[in-house]
Amino acid sequence: MEKIDVSGLSCPVPVIRTKKIMDAGAQEIMVTGSSQVSKENISKLAKQQGYQLRMIKDGKNEWEMELKKG
Amino acid sequence: MERTKWLTLTGGIIIGLIAVVLVKLGNPPNMGFCIACFERDIAGAIGLHRAGIVQYMRPEIIGLVLGAMIIALFNGEFRSRGGSSTFLRFIMGVFMVIGALVFLGCPLRDVLRMAGGDYNAVVGLLGFIVGIVTGVYFLRRGFDLGRSEASPNQLGAFVFPAILVFFLVLLLAGTVFNPEAGGPLFFSTEGPGSMAAPVLISLGAGLLVGIIAQRTRLCLSGGIRDFILIRDNTLLLGFVGIFLGALVLNLAFGFFKPGFADQPVAHSMHIWNFLGLYLVGLTASLLGGCPLRQLILSGEGDMDAASVVIGMIVGAAICHNFMFAASPMGVGTYGQIACVVGIIFMLIVGWVYKEA
Repeated sequence: MEKIDVSGLSCPVPVIRTKKIMDAGAQEIMVTGSSQVSKENISKLAKQQGYQLRMIKDGKNEWEMELKKG
Repeated sequence: MERTKWLTLTGGIIIGLIAVVLVKLGNPPNMGFCIACFERDIAGAIGLHRAGIVQYMRPEIIGLVLGAMIIALFNGEFRSRGGSSTFLRFIMGVFMVIGALVFLGCPLRDVLRMAGGDYNAVVGLLGFIVGIVTGVYFLRRGFDLGRSEASPNQLGAFVFPAILVFFLVLLLAGTVFNPEAGGPLFFSTEGPGSMAAPVLISLGAGLLVGIIAQRTRLCLSGGIRDFILIRDNTLLLGFVGIFLGALVLNLAFGFFKPGFADQPVAHSMHIWNFLGLYLVGLTASLLGGCPLRQLILSGEGDMDAASVVIGMIVGAAICHNFMFAASPMGVGTYGQIACVVGIIFMLIVGWVYKEA
């Protein structure tokens, strides 16, 4: 399981960092972040790249999601 | 098409319509909204520059920030945060407005100018796109200005909106501190600064657009960036919506005048139209948002974005004091030098700031 923290990063750095891990072939990724915009954008990316998304924590200022390929 | 895409497109159309209505009610032509021009007018209104024709406390800007703040307070996204290369962002704001005033408009006005038939704006758009492509290159390479942190207290988030409320009170009350010289607020009696829709309508338009832009995450550089980066066209639809909304009303009101020559508050020095918005596109990509988006973020409590906005206001004053700003006559030598210096500075920043 790959882990990445995108808290406090400006748009679109969270998406780029997550995509980099996806492109490296990760099957399972745990992403934590702080803004709603990055949550929305990474959710969109996950869908586009064929990952299943499960929210572990879904606060306004803190969220955590698990992405699984397939 | 998904719901968010429809909402973004609709939001864009509404913004385009509002922009042209503001022109009909008195704003300068093709300038229903222009974040850079209006911040320049605000710089003049508080006496930071001496260009008499561009001084007005634009209520649209105040409305945009307050609209974003109100909706962010409602939906729980209002949060004091900052600390990501704050001073560097301020300076990047200075250069972003230099690029915009060399072109004569921010990316939002670029779209509105195209919708008014101004072909010079198409040249600007090309520069904007190439600037974003350059920014995306740095982003893919690992560009990063560092993380921002949540503040220990929410007070910081209210400071910037509070300053704007203070300006709004001065505007509405017509306060005069210095009866001889004028001030605290200065007002143009001629030129673009004297052309304005009624105060409350401008304020209301700003509030409404601020709410729409906060909800849809509208960002003109983001639209092109996301399309290049992840083939996502959501924000791009907002861009298209603004164009369509403004185009329809421009045609209806007879404002649509296609061509390069004699366009309002515009010039036809193609190289500088291109490079001006190239600088804006590159800087906006590195900052994570266009001038409009920076205003919206500042309303949500992002103090780094507020620093960019203040950087743009200060930069606009510098533009006029140092003769960097273009006029319908074109761009002067100093403006050309400043624009090139800005591009070189941004290329260096883009190259050296990388994730550890």
